Amino acid sequence: MEFRKERVGAGGRAVQIGFLLVLLALWYLATNRWGVNRLLLPNPISVWHQLLDVLRTGEYLPDLRVTLTELAAAFSLSLTFGTVIGFFVSRTGYTIRVFDPLFAGIYSIPIILFLPLYVLFFGLGPASKIALGATISFFPIVLSTIAGFGNVDRTLVTAARAMGASNYHLFRYVLLPAALPVILGGIRMGFTVALLSIIGSETLASLAGLGHHIVQLAEGMDMPRMFAYIVFVVAIAALLNGIVSFLEARGRRWA
Amino acid sequence: MTDALRQFLSRHPGVVRLAVVVAILIVWEIAARFFIDPMFIAPPSRVIASLGAVWDTSGVPAALRITLFELAVAFAISTIIGLTVGLAVGLQPFARRSVMPIILLLYGLPQITILPIFILLFGIGPPSKIAFGVTHGTFAIIIAIVAGVQNLKPILLTSARSMGASRWQILRWVVFPHMIPSFFAGMRLGMSGVLLGVLLAELYVSTQGIGHFTTMFTETFDPTKLFGLIAMLAVMAITLNEIVRRAEIRFSRWR
Repeated sequence: MEFRKERVGAGGRAVQIGFLLVLLALWYLATNRWGVNRLLLPNPISVWHQLLDVLRTGEYLPDLRVTLTELAAAFSLSLTFGTVIGFFVSRTGYTIRVFDPLFAGIYSIPIILFLPLYVLFFGLGPASKIALGATISFFPIVLSTIAGFGNVDRTLVTAARAMGASNYHLFRYVLLPAALPVILGGIRMGFTVALLSIIGSETLASLAGLGHHIVQLAEGMDMPRMFAYIVFVVAIAALLNGIVSFLEARGRRWA
Repeated sequence: MTDALRQFLSRHPGVVRLAVVVAILIVWEIAARFFIDPMFIAPPSRVIASLGAVWDTSGVPAALRITLFELAVAFAISTIIGLTVGLAVGLQPFARRSVMPIILLLYGLPQITILPIFILLFGIGPPSKIAFGVTHGTFAIIIAIVAGVQNLKPILLTSARSMGASRWQILRWVVFPHMIPSFFAGMRLGMSGVLLGVLLAELYVSTQGIGHFTTMFTETFDPTKLFGLIAMLAVMAITLNEIVRRAEIRFSRWR
């Protein structure tokens, strides 16, 4: 059962904008009038100045490059292995019954638990983040690939075969269009969790990257800059997720 | 003979699944014993043998208890907040339309970036883990509850009202029974969120919980005990997930 998006309407929009404004006003008042400790909550105006400063100096570039490289490596690994393994598992009902519960079972474990093992094995550098991100995002991709190719209507396959479709034609014109929407959903989810787990493992144990920088600022008690950096990272994550959702919608239409 | 075997295997894919798991363990055992530096990886046989030693390490049972306690409290708080907010937002169409986008937005944020703020606010003890677990678990529950209320057939509400049911009677006899499946689905998603949040916070910084011991075993290059401890945690996570999953299956059967 999933949440259906509903039309928001002008009144709803007003509530949303009002909510954000009230939040900002409370934040401002809390720091400027009610004397909340600056170490816990920095002033929104100084955060804004710090954010502009971060963007102007471009000091985020090395960290951003590290994080994006790790993300690209982890995601391409999980995408390749997830779709290929998922496709071959989905070929017979028997392999689905053998492997699908296995993957689903492992997927239900919080894989972040294995981070200490990955750090021990791959070191503190990018390799452990790539490995963890690839592992975590592998499961939604492989499960959706199995579900996508596994649930193609048998009648369609039989009909295409009866009309003399070759293997390539069967794949390109029957299997792929039928399975793609499900697979794309899994790939988008895999991308989101890969991004999350990479930023997360950078926060927990690393030498470089966006998550690492936030922790460094936190440990230096440089609160305004840390908040600015958090805003920056959240914006980057939202941007990347937005791009992937857009590509997913495009891919669905193509199929 | 081979026919009988084949028939047995085709009727019990679980046996093959088990064989796959055993094969992986054997490969791991051989690799860890003969090919990889024992500083970094431990063979499964030694991990199993070390479980007793891990349990006897002073502080480990207490740490597991603390982590379980954090998980339980975080899950209880998430459920209470999720249920009340979900019902309050879901039952009112205007509130649903205006507030849900805000909740979905918050749910989509990479919360790991604000983990350092939680530590500053709540300290390095259990409260910060519980708080981080709650923020990871609540939103999933809210969204599931709202989806459940949203999918309530309007005709049921209208007919109950036309037969003169009071507000409470509608809640008790129409809304609650129809929400049970989505409530338990939300609990399942909430449980994986809570596990993720609490374990992330534990791994980030910890003085008594399991995070303390994973760090210690990693830094002293003791992979055998590290694997053992993580195996214990994985069992704990699987058990908790399984409890809510069973509850979900059991209580949504009446549909």
